[in-house]
Amino acid sequence: MASTDTTGTKAAAQDGQGGTAGRAGQAGLDVAGLEAGLDALETTGSARVPLRSTLVSKVLPPVTAVVLVLVVWEVLVLCHVAPAYKLPSPGDVWGEVTDAWMQGTLFGYIWTSVSRGLLGFLLALVIGTPLGLVVARVKPVRAAIGPILSGLQSLPSVAWVPPAVIWLGLNDQMMFAVILLGAVPSIANGLVSGVDQVPPLFLRAGRTLGATGLRGTWHILLPAALPGYLAGLKQGWAFSWRSLMAAEIIASSPDLGIGLGQLLENGRTNSSMSMVFLAIFLILIVGIAVDLLFFSPLERWVLRSRGLAARR
Amino acid sequence: MASPLAKAADETPAADHAARIDHVSKSFAGPAGRQLVLDDITLDVAPGEFVTLLGASGCGKSTLLGLVAGLDEPTAGSISTGGRPALMFQEHALFPWLTAGKNIELALRLRGVPRPERRGEAERLLELVRLGGAYGKRVHELSGGMRQRVALARALAQDSRLLLMDEPFAALDAITRDVLHDELTRIWRETDVSILFVTHNVREAVRLAERVVLLSSRPGRVAHEWRVDIPQPRRIEDHDVAALSVEITEQLRGEIRRHGQH
Ligand SMILES: Nc1ncnc2c1ncn2[C@@H]1O[C@H](COP(=O)(O)OP(=O)(O)OP(=O)(O)O)[C@@H](O)[C@H]1O
Ligand SMILES: [Mg+2]
Repeated sequence: MASTDTTGTKAAAQDGQGGTAGRAGQAGLDVAGLEAGLDALETTGSARVPLRSTLVSKVLPPVTAVVLVLVVWEVLVLCHVAPAYKLPSPGDVWGEVTDAWMQGTLFGYIWTSVSRGLLGFLLALVIGTPLGLVVARVKPVRAAIGPILSGLQSLPSVAWVPPAVIWLGLNDQMMFAVILLGAVPSIANGLVSGVDQVPPLFLRAGRTLGATGLRGTWHILLPAALPGYLAGLKQGWAFSWRSLMAAEIIASSPDLGIGLGQLLENGRTNSSMSMVFLAIFLILIVGIAVDLLFFSPLERWVLRSRGLAARR
Repeated sequence: MASPLAKAADETPAADHAARIDHVSKSFAGPAGRQLVLDDITLDVAPGEFVTLLGASGCGKSTLLGLVAGLDEPTAGSISTGGRPALMFQEHALFPWLTAGKNIELALRLRGVPRPERRGEAERLLELVRLGGAYGKRVHELSGGMRQRVALARALAQDSRLLLMDEPFAALDAITRDVLHDELTRIWRETDVSILFVTHNVREAVRLAERVVLLSSRPGRVAHEWRVDIPQPRRIEDHDVAALSVEITEQLRGEIRRHGQH
């Protein structure tokens, strides 16, 4: 009771004169001030990290790592550890970049692959999301195709290239089919595990608020499952990109246009190791860029806004 | 202050009970067969009544509220309520992907409040629990007590005629709890809402209620009932409140002691 003394005396002093409203109001105001103080103590503001320290802590380390790799590479070339047709120098690869740039083909290669990859990924998203939702929520469906879906995840999507070529021929449809077979299971499985991890308390709270059926799915289930779903999307993109590259390397044909996979294959057939290196770097850079520019910020934002990730 | 809770009275004809719990039992499948948690509970909450439910930890209070809220089905017996009750969970149960204000607006939206009115109503409800500035705050940015108050505001946003509260103030400091006791009593008096309030704090039960119901443990049964005739507004440190609390505590001790014997 000691802790209530501050309000107790004030309210007691007023007891004689004030009506109920006056007493409650006065004590309330008094305590409102107290509470504001308590609340201010309990919540901490977060200061913005200055740009300089962001540069030092986030940009410097990866740049250093890349420079280090280039230096080691150059040293290996200068020491002649391998003949030039096996190990081109960084300068040769850079020459390949400037050549492609001058001819105006560099962005053509990248765009051919990226547009295919993104379109395939979006398609996988549109198919994988309802599929994951149905598998997560409908027991018989889950029993029927749940294990197959998680099994498919471990099947390398390269395996789908030969049958896809036979069924669909050497065309864009075949590429999309391979992307879908690689990415849809990831996305669906991500959503299933996201839904499985939703605390039952949220679903119960949603039901008491009247969010049942589709409204419950939209307002409670999907947002609650978002972190797992995003992880699935991220993996789905990685699988899309990998499947696409496999498809492009194996199934090259003049009327398909030159994407990064074909560039790699062309480099091999022309015995141009610097072209092969260029293709590998571009494939790597696109994969990293999509993750860095899109998925990572999205994931960080979702986790942070829910207080699930510490500010770093 | 006009409250949305007041409106409901004009629209629906008064029933003779806000909640009727009729010979309700509940058992769960446990490791040692079925475990009876609630045994033959019969309890009515009259329209506009404030009932507190007292009982030792684990006696089935939350289970009973879950049944009344329609989240679970009783093993035997029946429960009737006029419309969907609002339930304030023992944990705050706020949605972390929404801000405090949006949590409340979701309740309003699911209740059918048109969009243009939601924002103002949500801010009014936050004001009511003395969290005027918290509209845009994320759940994790609020202190435990603030979360509990937002949860109260969200429950009030449902505008139900029956409000179920599961130890809502257990985690609050005494000062905040006092304010919310006053606030809750005021809301209850100004509206025709009926409240079934679970607590294991005897003084809190007496401070708030018109009727205190004591549940025994394992299985939960209605062990005793008290009418509280002390006029409102009461304070938790009032002499009358203390006197009745002593009596009830004695009985509660007896219930717990009886358990040690077998
Ligand atoms: N879903 C469940 N499955 C099995 N047993 C359960 C379940 N829910 C509750 N119980 C059991 O029922 C009993 C009552 O639980 P309940 O949560 O209702 O207690 P309580 O009175 O609210 O306790 P407290 O005051 O600690 O919140 C406990 O023994 C608990 O183990
Ligand atoms: Mg409980």
